[in-house]
Amino acid sequence: MINTLDQIFVLLRHWLVSFLPAAWQPLVGVLLSVAAIVCLFPALFALTTVFERKGLARIQNRLGPNRVGPFGLLQPIADGIKSLTKEDIVPLSADAAVHFLAPVLLLVAVFMGFAVLPMGRNMVFVDMDAGLLFYFAMSASTELSVFMAGWSSRNKYSLLGAMRAVAQMISYEVPLLLSSVVVVMMTGSLSLTKIVAAQSGFTWGLPHWFIFTPWGCAGFVMYAIATTAETNRSPFDLPEGESELVAGYHTEYSGFKFALFFLGEYLAMFSISGLGTTLFLGGWSAPFSFLTWVPSWIWFFSKLMLSIFVFIWMRGTLPRLRQDQLMNFAWKFVLPLCLLNLMVVALWRFMGDGWLRWVICSAILIGAYATMGWGEMRRGKIGPRSYRYAE
Amino acid sequence: MSFVFYILAALTVAGGLAAMLLKNTVHCALALTVAFAGLALLFLNLDAQFAGFAQILVYIGAVAILVVFAILLTRGSETPRDGVFSRTWLVGLVIAAGVFAVLGWAVIGSVRVLPHETAVPTVTVLQIGNALVSRYVLPLEIVAVLLTAAMIGAVIVAMHEKEGQK
Repeated sequence: MINTLDQIFVLLRHWLVSFLPAAWQPLVGVLLSVAAIVCLFPALFALTTVFERKGLARIQNRLGPNRVGPFGLLQPIADGIKSLTKEDIVPLSADAAVHFLAPVLLLVAVFMGFAVLPMGRNMVFVDMDAGLLFYFAMSASTELSVFMAGWSSRNKYSLLGAMRAVAQMISYEVPLLLSSVVVVMMTGSLSLTKIVAAQSGFTWGLPHWFIFTPWGCAGFVMYAIATTAETNRSPFDLPEGESELVAGYHTEYSGFKFALFFLGEYLAMFSISGLGTTLFLGGWSAPFSFLTWVPSWIWFFSKLMLSIFVFIWMRGTLPRLRQDQLMNFAWKFVLPLCLLNLMVVALWRFMGDGWLRWVICSAILIGAYATMGWGEMRRGKIGPRSYRYAE
Repeated sequence: MSFVFYILAALTVAGGLAAMLLKNTVHCALALTVAFAGLALLFLNLDAQFAGFAQILVYIGAVAILVVFAILLTRGSETPRDGVFSRTWLVGLVIAAGVFAVLGWAVIGSVRVLPHETAVPTVTVLQIGNALVSRYVLPLEIVAVLLTAAMIGAVIVAMHEKEGQK
């Protein structure tokens, strides 16, 4: 029974496919999986928009959407109808073809990322040998569509937003990759299913997730920072800074194209949270050994939604960074720590079992963090704001 | 040579041609990206997953972005209405033909040297990693030194400008 519930989606697909002639079965099986991904995550997106607006409202001591349906739960349907029926405006001077292609390409690239995420036991669409590399290749190609959107609008705010977004995404992609490489160094595989399998054991009822090791914890923190910047979420939401740039690269988008950008942004958030879950939080494995009877996909999606909640929480809490702070933080703080973490994980790997490696690795990481943070504070860049203008 | 190969080849060549023939520089850069994507798909068509994904990650994720950044930062994306044509196109044509001939000669020559594979080899990422740090460690190190030198050069260029401002 427990096993059936765990594998319910896999069994359901087999059962649906079994009605068809044998020649069609592989194709229809693939189509069913694709349909599941393409339907599930936008549905999750719809729920998340309400969740986010409600959550932000609570943080700001407001009520949030409460008019459409019970507790405002039907709000996303109203929003969807609104964006579908709105006029699609393309500026006269815009580059119509590129303007149209940008949101489409963004969404395609983002959806591709879900293909390699293991969402439960045996629930991965393609189990690639180079799955992690595939994921990063896909997330890297979203940058170009952001640029296309900003450039083709022929609007200075759009272009500025796009340039900011691309600069930010390029800068934070380095720490994102480096903080994920530590996991690859420990497991010796780029396949995401193997990475989950490497974290599946339990000691004293506690799981072997990578976040519970010194290098994993440091890697996860840096991964979280890099993902927040990569998805243009607050406090790294300069590309969309409403108070300065209207809405950044999607200023000139309206109607459903705007909705596509909105969707793409949230889907990127889901998929990158899913990847973080897979890399550091044990993927679909249970957090305690006595909870292993709960279906694996429930764990994956709980961890995913928990990450989303943290994203929302941060948005409601932290003020926006300045552009120079953003860049300095990436190149002078996160990147050196990531490089150090690579050394630490190598040390961890070759020191063998025992308590000594816990002490030494933690000491190195905490020491480096403390000295760097302290050094930055001592240098005393805190003071009146100085302005530098472009010539 | 399957049907898929011809589609991908046509896509890649079309991307390359468009990169040369389009008038707007940003359009050219985007067309070049199509050519990069076509090359990546060709790698994937040959079951070379690592090379294909690395091609996407490096060329579409970084090189294409660098190209559009360079275009936008150096001068406006506005180009003259009749496009930009080099006056020394004949020399360019000769050089391009020469490079193509050398590359083609090398590829055709390598077919004779290498043993003819009948079965499709399965190469995992692990094997690529092992080969990189054992047999091909010297080229890897040379590339690393080259990239470090390039990075130091870039930093020096940036620093020099800053001093001039003060």
